[in-house]
Amino acid sequence: MKPNNLFSRIGRLSLNSITRLGTATRFLLQVLMRSGTSWRRFQLIIREIYSSGVLSLIIIVASGLFVGMVLGLQGYQTLQTYGSAQSLGVLVALSLVRELGPVVAALLFASRAGSAITAEVGLMKTTEQLQAMEMMAVDPIARIVAPRFWGGVISMPLLAAIFSMTGIYGGYLIGVRLLGVDDGTFWSQMQSAVSFREDILNGVIKSTVFGFAVTAIALFEGYDAVPTAEGISRATTRTVVTSSLAILALDFILTAFMFRGA
Amino acid sequence: MPISSYDDRIPPSSRPLFNTVSVDNLIDIRNVTFAYRNHAVLQDISLSVPRGRVIAIMGGSGCGKTTLLRLIGGQLRPTQGEVSVNEQIVHQLNNHDLYQLRRKMGLLFQFGALFTDLNVFDNVAFQMREHTDLSPEMIHDLVLMKLNAVGLRGAQHLMPNELSGGMARRAALARAIALDPLLMMYDEPFTGLDPISMGVIGKLIRRLNDALGLTSILVTHDIEESLKIVDYVYFISEGRVEAQGTPDEIRVSKQAFVHQFVHAEEDGPVPFHYPAPDYASDLGLKA
Repeated sequence: MKPNNLFSRIGRLSLNSITRLGTATRFLLQVLMRSGTSWRRFQLIIREIYSSGVLSLIIIVASGLFVGMVLGLQGYQTLQTYGSAQSLGVLVALSLVRELGPVVAALLFASRAGSAITAEVGLMKTTEQLQAMEMMAVDPIARIVAPRFWGGVISMPLLAAIFSMTGIYGGYLIGVRLLGVDDGTFWSQMQSAVSFREDILNGVIKSTVFGFAVTAIALFEGYDAVPTAEGISRATTRTVVTSSLAILALDFILTAFMFRGA
Repeated sequence: MPISSYDDRIPPSSRPLFNTVSVDNLIDIRNVTFAYRNHAVLQDISLSVPRGRVIAIMGGSGCGKTTLLRLIGGQLRPTQGEVSVNEQIVHQLNNHDLYQLRRKMGLLFQFGALFTDLNVFDNVAFQMREHTDLSPEMIHDLVLMKLNAVGLRGAQHLMPNELSGGMARRAALARAIALDPLLMMYDEPFTGLDPISMGVIGKLIRRLNDALGLTSILVTHDIEESLKIVDYVYFISEGRVEAQGTPDEIRVSKQAFVHQFVHAEEDGPVPFHYPAPDYASDLGLKA
């Protein structure tokens, strides 16, 4: 490739990315500004909490349990080397509420609920349902997008909490029931080492931010999808990829701010 | 209730011609040009739609018919000129006023565009629930009346994926007239329908227009079915109004474009071949 072509291609890609970022930001602002209807008619949000949150429960609970069990096994092996196997509860709990709970739950949420949101909104666009709504003098951003956005933002921290809870239970099953760590020590060390403000609250903040990012990306990709089968397929893929990268990048930034020197 | 035939009405051919500068026009499109980026779709188009009439806008695929509907509905803004609906310039309205105007419009989409997560009843009730404070009992009765008008009262509990193409179109029609609009727009209402469904939709369009005092615009390329029910036809080609007239005038028109369209001729002003270099040269038979 000639250098000129390379530069023009990079320039074009950069310009397209900046334009798309601007469009997405404008879209997000519109969603926030037109959220009044959703809050006044809260049943619209409840319905979306069901779609995004309740229907994601199985994958969240199953994954949480397995992640917790793996943490129990791995943690026990490592801690026993230093004679600290009794601290297994602390390791499992802190790993889950600080990092794995919000991050893994958000990645699963992006794959399960995010892709579903993109496909649904994209299909509504393809079949002219959004246009039909506009022609009926009903704002699709207020009626379709905003409830899904808030449904996702509310669901995400709840799912992360459930993920962490089942993960801790998985760690308990392996550590206490299988490997013989003392029951009382497991829970009491966890209780004294895990801080509500530093650990749990920060985990909740993280998962809320992830929920905000994933749902916004999923909705934008659906709303902006090329209205063809291929367009929806590409949009769904972009949702999962972009959301996953956003989650990991945001996790790094949030962790850097929250746990500096802690 | 049987669908009334339009034999008992004044035949379209004997309805008086209307004056395109009449003050009683519901829609006035004046010198409208519209382009997608650099591609001109409509070029300096002017046409009028008097109140109470059924007007057809015809032309080949991609000639700008649907764009015209979108301009009337305010989904697009003209590059030049203006579209006036009910004495309001559509592209000058703010969002609130545009939505107020849209409450007086109904649009039947090509494939219905029913909300796939709602059943037929809820689709028809959608606008009533969004825009009015009517009681559930009142909405129930109104929805059943609308569904009865299109013959789908018995299908109220079906989901859109359980409807045939014709039924979906009728359900969408019931939804479009839910709030008794002033203007009904139909985007290719006959596409993909069997002859019976086509006839049913055609009769419904005419019957609802007359019974509810609507004004209707059909965007279509189905000559036979639409000439039976409309009062006036505009032909659009390459973004311009190429011909216009009553159905009888259209049927006997000698104008080359209209003749080709009405008689479905393969070649004419609309060529069979997409512009291409010389055939023999392309095949390498000429030096």
